[in-house]
Amino acid sequence: MTFAEIRERAVAEWEVMERSGKPRILVGAATCGRSAGALDVLQTINAELAKRNLDATVIQVGCIGLCYIEPIVEIAKPDRPRIFYSGVNADIAVQLIEDYLVNDNPRPDLALGALGEGSLDGVPQLFDLPMLQPQVRVTLRNCGFIDPEDTNHYVVRGGYSGLARALQMTPEQVIEEMKKSGLRGRGGAGFPTGTKWEFCHRAVGTPKYLICNADEGDPGAFMDRSVLEGDPHAVLEGMLIAAYAIGASEGYIYCRAEYPLALERLDIALRQMKELGLLGDNILGSDFSFHIKVKEGAGAFVCGEETALMASIEGKRGMPRPRPPFPAQSGLWGKPTNINNVETLANVSAILERGGDWYAGYGTEKSKGTKTFALAGKVTRTGLIEVPMGIPLRQIIYDIGGGIVGDKAFKAVQTGGPSGGCLATDLLDISVDYESLTAAGSIMGSGGMIVLDEESCVVDVARYFLDFTQKESCGKCVPCRVGTKQMLDILTRITRGQGQPGDMDLLLSLGQTVNQGSLCALGGTAPNPVLTTIRYFRHEYEAHINQKRCPALVCLDLITFYILPDKCQACMICQRSCPVDAIKGGKKLIHVIDQSKCVKCATCYEVCPERFSAIVKVSGETIEVPEEPIPLGAEE
Amino acid sequence: MREQLREVLAPFKGERGAVIPILQKAQDELGYLPEEAIKEIARFLRTSESELYGIATFYAQFRFTSPGEHALKVCLGTACHVRGGARILDTVERELEVEPGETTSDYKFSLERVACFGCCALAPVIVVDKTVYSKMTPSKVTQVLDSYR
Amino acid sequence: MMDIAKLTIDGKEVEVERGATVLDAAAKADIYIPTLCYHPDLTPFGACRLCLVEIENMRGFPPSCTTPATDGMVVRTSTEQLQGLRQGIMQFILTEHPHPCLTCHRLEHCKPFDICLRHVAVTERCVLCPKNERCELQQVARYLKLSEITLPYESRELPIERGDPFFDRDYNLCILCGRCVRICQEVRGLGVIAFTFRGHQALPGTAFGRSLKDSDCHFCGACVDVCPTGALIERAGRWYTLPEREVVTTCPYCGVGCQLKLEIKDERIIRVIPQRDNSPNWGQACVKGKFGLDFVHSPERLTSPLIKENGQFREATWDEAMDIVTGKLSQYQRGTEFAAISSAKGTNEENYLVQKLARAVMGTNHIDHCARL
Repeated sequence: MTFAEIRERAVAEWEVMERSGKPRILVGAATCGRSAGALDVLQTINAELAKRNLDATVIQVGCIGLCYIEPIVEIAKPDRPRIFYSGVNADIAVQLIEDYLVNDNPRPDLALGALGEGSLDGVPQLFDLPMLQPQVRVTLRNCGFIDPEDTNHYVVRGGYSGLARALQMTPEQVIEEMKKSGLRGRGGAGFPTGTKWEFCHRAVGTPKYLICNADEGDPGAFMDRSVLEGDPHAVLEGMLIAAYAIGASEGYIYCRAEYPLALERLDIALRQMKELGLLGDNILGSDFSFHIKVKEGAGAFVCGEETALMASIEGKRGMPRPRPPFPAQSGLWGKPTNINNVETLANVSAILERGGDWYAGYGTEKSKGTKTFALAGKVTRTGLIEVPMGIPLRQIIYDIGGGIVGDKAFKAVQTGGPSGGCLATDLLDISVDYESLTAAGSIMGSGGMIVLDEESCVVDVARYFLDFTQKESCGKCVPCRVGTKQMLDILTRITRGQGQPGDMDLLLSLGQTVNQGSLCALGGTAPNPVLTTIRYFRHEYEAHINQKRCPALVCLDLITFYILPDKCQACMICQRSCPVDAIKGGKKLIHVIDQSKCVKCATCYEVCPERFSAIVKVSGETIEVPEEPIPLGAEE
Repeated sequence: MREQLREVLAPFKGERGAVIPILQKAQDELGYLPEEAIKEIARFLRTSESELYGIATFYAQFRFTSPGEHALKVCLGTACHVRGGARILDTVERELEVEPGETTSDYKFSLERVACFGCCALAPVIVVDKTVYSKMTPSKVTQVLDSYR
Repeated sequence: MMDIAKLTIDGKEVEVERGATVLDAAAKADIYIPTLCYHPDLTPFGACRLCLVEIENMRGFPPSCTTPATDGMVVRTSTEQLQGLRQGIMQFILTEHPHPCLTCHRLEHCKPFDICLRHVAVTERCVLCPKNERCELQQVARYLKLSEITLPYESRELPIERGDPFFDRDYNLCILCGRCVRICQEVRGLGVIAFTFRGHQALPGTAFGRSLKDSDCHFCGACVDVCPTGALIERAGRWYTLPEREVVTTCPYCGVGCQLKLEIKDERIIRVIPQRDNSPNWGQACVKGKFGLDFVHSPERLTSPLIKENGQFREATWDEAMDIVTGKLSQYQRGTEFAAISSAKGTNEENYLVQKLARAVMGTNHIDHCARL
């Protein structure tokens, strides 16, 4: 089939659906939606429709990124704006069917936003919502709006026209277009994509391989997962374009096994592509042939590193090797290989569809375009966002993210996952682009953005990341294998109140050796979380080391829970809920925590009724309390 | 077991770089990778058992002991960590008296720690088999565990 | 592309052929760069990070063992920053290996095999390691002049694997250079030893930690020969330390003629190391050549021909013995009363002559060979 035929057919099918007058119900059922109960909602909707004998098209869609209020359901009725409902459960789903589908009451009280022509009293436009308004969606252009299991939906929204256009161009022209767009690798390193393609395009050797790196391993990052689950064709089209540009005939998608839904969606998408002649020999009737295989990761973070990833595809231990030779010269099975990350490839298809200049219109001088971030941690509106490069960090956290949960004070934001760093309050106005983040000691990374508030301990966070990299180190080179372990041991000591003067200097010097000496980027960047926290939060380290105090009241060995005898009303709630029976007391006996038994799980602290607030958590101080329970009232 | 493995191995005949997919399929089929399985697969791939074992032990996915009835995974991704993932793990360890990577003596649960399921907005989470339990607290964990016992 | 690359290393100009690494080039220019995971018979690994150098117009500190030498390259191998970095890395290596003797402040006063009465715990003394003074870690530590290690040494506390014939494996001394793994895989084509687990738990080992006997090991000893530390060590002669002299000889076991270097002390062979720079074996041997030469010291070994007279053996000269044999051969009938069995210890030429004698002189095809030795 030619592209024109594919498009014609897709548009025709779309119009049939539009004209049928059937209402459409779209349920956000990506992994995040599912963990919030989307499948329950879906089941309820289907059952309810069947019960009432209603005819409606129900579609599972990806995630629009508003993770904090999932599950999200969209209902589109003819001649009405599409209405999005958030926080839908089975109960609400039944109400929506009854009220909106049957009785035509769109329930503005439950609606989150509207999209499309017309408005609805009391319901804002979806993209006017504070979380969505500042966003520019390129990578996420289709996520949550199309059926990821139906190629037609993708094609109707402009899909595969970028490929059709690329096939009219020479590979050199495609590379030129990429250079014009200024797109840089979204996996973290930020190497210009066009230049990378050019290396591989010029390399001698056949076959050439194109690999899509979907081994999204940074804890706290789920951009790639969302795209693969919500819009797999955007990535696959990007792969075809990249393969055409570099002259690759075979491709791999290396996807982590922890993403079963993404793997399933890829499988379906690849099948459909073959049926439509978008994959295989002579794609869209051209001379270009390309085949794709999916490889499932097996649980190793380091396999996100290019050379380790290729070793893993070859069936070896995922241990990185030194470069040169670069993958562009000698990669998978010794052949020229180009590796791009999921988000990069999703941008590629958009760039070829709309032009490099269009893309370069967003962003800063050196960091063009948009970037997705997984916004999580102690921020009010968590979710997946996409913003133009150069946006101030503050705008992401406060306008999009809605600030800190529970009006606590902002402390830091961690970007770049285990390879990145923590940025403090005075960097809130930094522009979010590759150069500025690197200058601040962090990195753009793949896009994890974890917000920390006053109740998060940065020493603990640094220790957390070192623990992660230490466990994920492949063990090959000395600085990474030993250095991360040694740094972790020192940090663990500090969080346990056994820090020594000089520990910070030691960490800085070890960090430098690990950074300069490591074989791959995993080791090279592993010290970043420690180095940045020491840089911006020295006082917090000092409190741990010198005063054996955790200011954020997080480090378990440095905190103590007490029951204040003058406030305890002997209600026994805490005593009953203590998992280790560390609370002594009884009826009309003021409770006392047996510190030798307490595991500091904070359960008592949470269950103590607010009107009593008898339990306190302190660090670096001792509160005088009775050793044994005393009768209530004896205190006075 | 040989029979089971033969079916797993057959489709991979002559395929390049099939080591990891084979180990994955074998584990799906057998629940874990016992010594005999490594031996059979090594013979099929014409590689040494040590090398195959070296590959398998590199990847966190592979197990060498029989798993419990329920796979219990505690997420320790960054978002879960800052929202108290560690005390959730502590609670599970205490309740089940096992450490990550181990199986309870009654073979009811296998405990694993996982770095991020991508459910960061619902942190902290635990996953039992395929069900995600979100916004966990120590007492909720106990309830979840009880529901499987 | 040019076949010769001209580069400058520490101010010295050096020319190397295409395909050579910066480390090769430095060696050619007589410039020492410390290495531990590098071995000339193996593909470069880039793991120990001691051979890092500075190269103009290259980012960071590329390892010289894996970086190809290119024309016009300007390399520096021992700047202050590099030495500092190497010391830092060596310090990391030594947290995985007992080391107080390497950094002892009395190092200068201490002769190589002195027994130390203070400072260093017995179990951590170099003098109590069979690889003492042959250990590459010692060499590198001395070159880097390490004086103080601020990081704690943590023993892996693994039992020494003594269950196999010929050599012991003490992974408490392993620095994960991967030479044993690579030689077994790349050169011997067996892969009996592989890296297992990862990160801090990674170690060379066998499937499920089985003994080498149960892992298809041929006991060629190549891994022992390349081990830079005392982790893999020949059991026989382990306490003989350095040899008094070395003798290069041909292995007596078979006609291949492997070249072996015998290390000799007190007129005994204490160790056998296959010669690296000779054909036919280029550094390799089999179990017999590597571990089977102790028979030369056996009191039961025959050192001269014996002639049996009246049921008793007596020593004789070769001439006398040969006379008896040749004298008797002619008494036997051609073709029916004679058979020849020759030895694998003979060369091809010798074996050829035996069959020639049997066929042409004795007229028989009854010829066999003890290739099952």
